[in-house]
Amino acid sequence: MKNKTSSLAKKKKFENLDLIVFLGPFLVTFFTFTVLPVFISLFISLTNFNMLEMPEFVGLANYQKLFLNDDIFATALQNTFILALVTGPISYIICFGLAWLINEVPAKPRAFLTLLFYAPSLSGGFGFVWQLLFSGDRYGYINGLLLNLGVITDPILFLKDPNYMFGVCVVIVLWQALGTTFLTFIAGLQTVDRSLYEAAAVDGIKNRWQELYFVTLPSMRGQLLFGAILNVTGSFGIGSVITAVFGFPTTDYALHTIMHHLDDYGGVRFEMGYACAIATLLFVISFTMNKLFQFVLGRIGK
Amino acid sequence: MAERIDEEVQVVYKNPKPLFGIIKRRPKYDEEGHLIYYKKKKLFKYNRVNRSFGGDLTMFAFLLIAGAFMAFPLVYAISQSLKPLHELWLFPPNLIVKNPTFKNYIDLFNIMSNSLVPMSKYLFNTIFITLVGTLLRTISASMCAYPVSKRQFKGKNFIFQIVTLSLMFAAPAATIANYIIMANLGWIDTYYAILIPALGNSTAMYLVKQFIDQFPDSVLEAARIDGAGEFRIFWQILMPSIKPAWMTLIVFAVQDFWNMGSTIFIYREELKTLAYALSQIAAAGIARAGVSTAVSIVMMIVPVITFVITQSNILETMSTSGMKD
Repeated sequence: MKNKTSSLAKKKKFENLDLIVFLGPFLVTFFTFTVLPVFISLFISLTNFNMLEMPEFVGLANYQKLFLNDDIFATALQNTFILALVTGPISYIICFGLAWLINEVPAKPRAFLTLLFYAPSLSGGFGFVWQLLFSGDRYGYINGLLLNLGVITDPILFLKDPNYMFGVCVVIVLWQALGTTFLTFIAGLQTVDRSLYEAAAVDGIKNRWQELYFVTLPSMRGQLLFGAILNVTGSFGIGSVITAVFGFPTTDYALHTIMHHLDDYGGVRFEMGYACAIATLLFVISFTMNKLFQFVLGRIGK
Repeated sequence: MAERIDEEVQVVYKNPKPLFGIIKRRPKYDEEGHLIYYKKKKLFKYNRVNRSFGGDLTMFAFLLIAGAFMAFPLVYAISQSLKPLHELWLFPPNLIVKNPTFKNYIDLFNIMSNSLVPMSKYLFNTIFITLVGTLLRTISASMCAYPVSKRQFKGKNFIFQIVTLSLMFAAPAATIANYIIMANLGWIDTYYAILIPALGNSTAMYLVKQFIDQFPDSVLEAARIDGAGEFRIFWQILMPSIKPAWMTLIVFAVQDFWNMGSTIFIYREELKTLAYALSQIAAAGIARAGVSTAVSIVMMIVPVITFVITQSNILETMSTSGMKD
C-alpha cells in the first residue's frame, strides 16, 4: 500500500515536471516581457521620469493633467473613439464576410482569392500609393481626374484639409483591415467539422444563411472572439497607418489619436511618466470596449 | 440537434420545397423513407449541401470585384516599379506601365552593392531573425497552449485570463517599460532582445489555444489509454491536427520578423536588418522615387512565398481531418 502511494506521488511529480517543460518557456518570457512592462508603466505613470534622472514620485498628477489641462488629449480621445467606432465594426464584418465568402469557393480559386485579399497586409508599406492617389496638387491622381472631368476647379488638399482627411483615412484603414483577423477566420472556417453541415441539412437547415447562423458561427466562436479582441485593440491603438500617409502631426490635430499622443510624449518630448499615463488610459479604454464586444458576441447562435 | 424528434425530420424531408423554383428533380428516398441525396444545380463541382447556383454566381462575381479593389494598390505598385523615370512623373499618369524596364531594380542592386556594411550581412541577419524568431514563437506558443486548453492544473484559468488581458494592451504602449527591462538585462544591442521575447507571444498562444479547444478530448484520452506520453501526444497527434493554426502563426511571424526595420534595441550597423537597410535606400526622396518602389516589391517576395506555401498546406490538411467527438 505504502509502495503504491509513493509511486503515485512519483507519477504526480513527473506530471508536474512535464508541465514545466510545456509551460515554462512561454510563461517566463510572457511575464517578463509582457506582464512586467505593464506594471512598470503603471508605476512610471505615477512619476515624473525623463529617462536620465531617477523617477520622481508625483502621485496622480499625470492623470490630473491628462484630464484637466490637456486640450489636445481631449481631441485625441475624440478622434480615436470616432475612428474606432466607424472603422472597427465595419472592418470586423468585412473580415468575416469576405473570409466566409472565400470559403465557399473551391480550393484553387480560394487560394488565389485569399492571396489577393491578404496582399495589402503582406505588403506593409504601400503608403506611397495612397500619397500619389490623394496628393494635394493636380498631379494627385484623384485630383487630376476630378479636374479633367470638370467636377472641381481647384485641387483638393485631401491629406491636409481636415474636411477630407477623415474620409480618406477611413478608406485607407478599411483597405488594410484584412489582416490577422481575416486570416484567422479563414483558418477557423476550414477547421469547422464538415459532418456538422450534413447533420444540419438533415435537421432541416435550408440555405447558406441558416447554415452560417446556426452552424458556422457557433462552431468558430473561439476565432470570432480572438478576431474581436485584436480588432478592438487595433482600432483603439490606431496610429501608424495614419502617420504613414498623413504624416505626424496632422493638420489641426484632425487625425491625432491616443497613440500619436503617446508617441509625442514618449518618443519626442521624453516625458515618460505622462506617456505611461496615456498608455494606461488606452488600456482601460481598450479593455472596457472588449468586454462590451464579448458580451454581444456571446449571444450569437444561441 | 440530435435530440430532434423523428417526425419532425420526416415532415421537413418528405416534402422538400424548391428554392425559387430552380430545382426540378424529385428527391430520392431509400427503402426506409429517408432522403438519400437532394441534388441541386451547382456552380462549383464540390461536395456541399445547401448551395444554390444563383447564390454561388452572385458571390463569385462580388468576390472578383472586391478583389480588384483590394489588389489595385498592389498592381499599381508593381507597375510603378517597372516604370522608367520619365514615365514615373508623367501627367496624366499611366495606370499600367507602357515601356516596362527593370532599371529601378538594377539601380537598387547597384546601390546595395556599394553599401558600407555588405548587403549580404543585412540579408543574413534578416534570415536568421526570421527563422529563429518564427520557430521559437510558434513552438513555445503551441506548447503552452496545449496544457492550458486540455489539461487540468492549478492556475490554468489564471494563465488564460492574463493572456487574454494582455491582448487588449496595445503593444507599442509598453515600449518604454520594455526598453528599461532590456537595459537591465544587458540585452540592448544583441539579438536576445528580439528573439527571447518571441517565446512569450500572447497573440500566438491565444490563437493556438482557440484551435486546440476544438480538438476532441476523446482522441487524447484514447492516446493516453494506449500509453502515449504527453510529449508524444503533443507532437504526433495534436500538432498534425491543428496544422491550420500553426501555419497561420507562421505567416504572421514571418511577416513580423521579415519586415522588422529599425528597433530601439539594436544600434550596431552590422546587426541591422534588410528592411532597415532598404528603407534607408528608399528614404533619399525624389532622386530615388523609382528605387523606392522597387524596394517595397522586393521586401514583399518572402512573405508572399511563405503565404502561398502555408495556405496550400492548410488546404491539404483539411481534406484529411474528419474526426469528431
